[in-house]
Amino acid sequence: MAKVHVPFDLRHLAEGAAVLEVRGTCYRSLMAALRDRYPVLEAALVRDKAFVLDGEILDSPLLEAVAPASEIHFLPRIGGG
Amino acid sequence: MSEAMDFKVIGTRPIRPDGVDKVTGRASFGADFSLPGMLEGAVLRSPHAHARIKSIKTDAALAASGVKAVVTGADFPQVAAGAIEGGEGGGDFADLAGNVIARGKVRYHGHAVAAVAAQSRAQALAALALIEVEYETLPAVLSLDAALAESAPLIDEGLMTSGLAEPATAPSNLASVIEMGNGDLDAGFADAALIVERRYQTPTVHQGYIEPHACVGRWGQDDQAMLWCCTQGAFDVRSMTAKVLGQPVGSLKVIPSEIGGGFGGKTTVYLEPLALLLSKKSGRPVRMVMTREEVFRATGPASAATIDLRMGFSQDGKITAAEATMAYEAGAFPGSPVGPGTMCVFAPYRIANFRIKGMDVLVNKPKAAAYRAPGAPQALFATESAMDEAADKLGIDPIELRLRNAVEEGDSAIYGPKFGPIGLRACLEAAAAHPHYTKAKDAGVGRGVAVGFWFNVGLQSSAEVHINEDGTVTVIEGNPDIGGSRASMALMAAETLGVPYESVRVVVADTETAGFTNVTGGSRVTFATGMAVVEASKDIIAQCCSRAASLWSTDEDMVEWRDGAVHPRPGVNVEAKPLSLKDLAGKAGRTGGPLLGKASLNARGAGPGFSVNLCDALVDQETGQVQVKAFTAIQDAGKAIHPSYVEGQLQGGAVQGIGWALNEEYVYSPEGVMENAGFLDYRIPVASDLPMIDTQIIEVPNPGHPYGVRGVGETPIVAPLAAVANAVSASAGVRMTELPLSPPRVLEALDQA
Repeated sequence: MAKVHVPFDLRHLAEGAAVLEVRGTCYRSLMAALRDRYPVLEAALVRDKAFVLDGEILDSPLLEAVAPASEIHFLPRIGGG
Repeated sequence: MSEAMDFKVIGTRPIRPDGVDKVTGRASFGADFSLPGMLEGAVLRSPHAHARIKSIKTDAALAASGVKAVVTGADFPQVAAGAIEGGEGGGDFADLAGNVIARGKVRYHGHAVAAVAAQSRAQALAALALIEVEYETLPAVLSLDAALAESAPLIDEGLMTSGLAEPATAPSNLASVIEMGNGDLDAGFADAALIVERRYQTPTVHQGYIEPHACVGRWGQDDQAMLWCCTQGAFDVRSMTAKVLGQPVGSLKVIPSEIGGGFGGKTTVYLEPLALLLSKKSGRPVRMVMTREEVFRATGPASAATIDLRMGFSQDGKITAAEATMAYEAGAFPGSPVGPGTMCVFAPYRIANFRIKGMDVLVNKPKAAAYRAPGAPQALFATESAMDEAADKLGIDPIELRLRNAVEEGDSAIYGPKFGPIGLRACLEAAAAHPHYTKAKDAGVGRGVAVGFWFNVGLQSSAEVHINEDGTVTVIEGNPDIGGSRASMALMAAETLGVPYESVRVVVADTETAGFTNVTGGSRVTFATGMAVVEASKDIIAQCCSRAASLWSTDEDMVEWRDGAVHPRPGVNVEAKPLSLKDLAGKAGRTGGPLLGKASLNARGAGPGFSVNLCDALVDQETGQVQVKAFTAIQDAGKAIHPSYVEGQLQGGAVQGIGWALNEEYVYSPEGVMENAGFLDYRIPVASDLPMIDTQIIEVPNPGHPYGVRGVGETPIVAPLAAVANAVSASAGVRMTELPLSPPRVLEALDQA
């Protein structure tokens, strides 16, 4: 199962967990699995954070493949000048 | 990509294709466009920093000579809240609409209240004076401390802080909180032999682009509209303007002009919805051009910030713990770049124990806009100042201290993900060996070192490559050319196709001609749009191979593309001369039609950029004036497609950062009126203030791009603030922690020392 690193400021929405093991073969299925367990966390992640898969920030993810060994992070959104 | 790639045109320095028009004055910028019957628009702006609008009477203005239309906030539809997509982050459509024109309340001095279109600009300005607005003034909130005070006047009475563990129970000026952390902070500080703890402050500054905002809007009787404007992103202007006006995106065509600088400040809309609604009401095209004063009062700026920083170091210079509390001014609506700031503040270093708290805070100033590497310069001003102070106190060379803590490939960034190949160590080693660093300083001169960092981004891009019948190449793309991207795109197309640079022409197209493309910003164009150009060129190559195989009556896998032509593969028994692009272009009509390559992508694999800056500065002990004696910018570009333009980015970022460090700041009256809204009083550096900015390009290829490119536009502005402050502190003999380091502030510090 992929390792989902819960953002420091949202861990209270995951019973304090820093890392969750979540089953999913792509972004969509991974987030669906996360929503089943922590719906408020999932909503906050989708609304406020950028999705990072194995070190790469992905804009507008949906079907990107997630491997069992994948590391998932969620970051504040980044713009640019 | 391959490090051993043998480039033929990439890495050369041809003249930019738009250069002649720009230096001869033929290029058309935002204010240069005109249409038959065009009206001139003007904006009535709030004379108060914070006030309720009790009433607006426009009858007299509408009846005035030459006036054809007047609009106020009441003419615009209500816009529902929703995140603005497109990579600039920190934005909401309802706030955008409220910033374009005030409804019910003005939130900063200069906030648009009404707009007029008349036959001449003089008539429009005269009509503005006839608009009667009744205000109920409110106390202005002009600083972070004032905004966060318990009894602070509320700028948005409905604003509830997001990001808190427990939902906010009352509104405040604190829009959001972000927290990050890892390890055991107390244990980390307990292990420290040295703790540096200070408050660092940076002022509100403007991007300082030379060309003011300008546009022409034309609303058609069929409700199809057109906009000509100077912008960093025509597609972003289209989506934002359509949303503010409640129109379908497809009903609006946006044509970008040449652009005289943006630096992030032209990634949003101000005048465009006003011009179009005035055009709709008047039935005539409307041009709107800001004055410089309006640019200062109503656009930009970059957030002022206060950062409370604490860093612990072992005796041998390893960082044992770090803590930052970062408050950024959002301006009158939420959306400062504090999020990226929290991720950048310790990004260059390995730190096991840290806590970071970021706060997005409303004040009665214009809504903050992106400015190169938004949020990072403020953050790394604090960290790199503390690193310099630690090096001094520990007796360790400042570059060596950074090398002992520098992140490398495989390290986890403090914000989570692991770094791929990065160039921080290479930049630091280059700095240590640079003649600027190894030569002795002149008497009284201080030398500063600082590191810069920016993530770089990808996002969506499209490109088309058209092969003309004589074999010349036209590239169609949708990113306005700010930093020489036409040349970069031409170089990448030429390299891929194996044709001369001079045979490629790049066209920056409008929203109905180019495929969807995100904004020119985030250091994404050479990376992402460049990738689209390479892919579209490969599409051409595939078509050429297919057609050549057909002409030779062989299979496609029997041919290959080499040196700008299709050849039979070695050993394939085909009696054929290689077919060049020109040969195949000439036969295009007989082999299936025009050669047209296309690509559209959401680019992945943007590689982070690191830099190191060196600054020598001399403080006049009598006057407090600072002279920058020498400045060197070293940065990892991945692969410099056009080295002159990479060097230009490094030099431009250094100059803007030097200005931010030494002189630039918004000066406000107690009532919230900016008192230096012009370039005479808002002091950006000019050539006579500066030494030659030396540059050194480091190339650690980014594996996420076919030619190894990293974005280079953002990172150059990050390190100069601390590099200058560290040099000034060394020369003055006093640690300087608040920018700008203007003569009065330096003199005050010298007097108190």
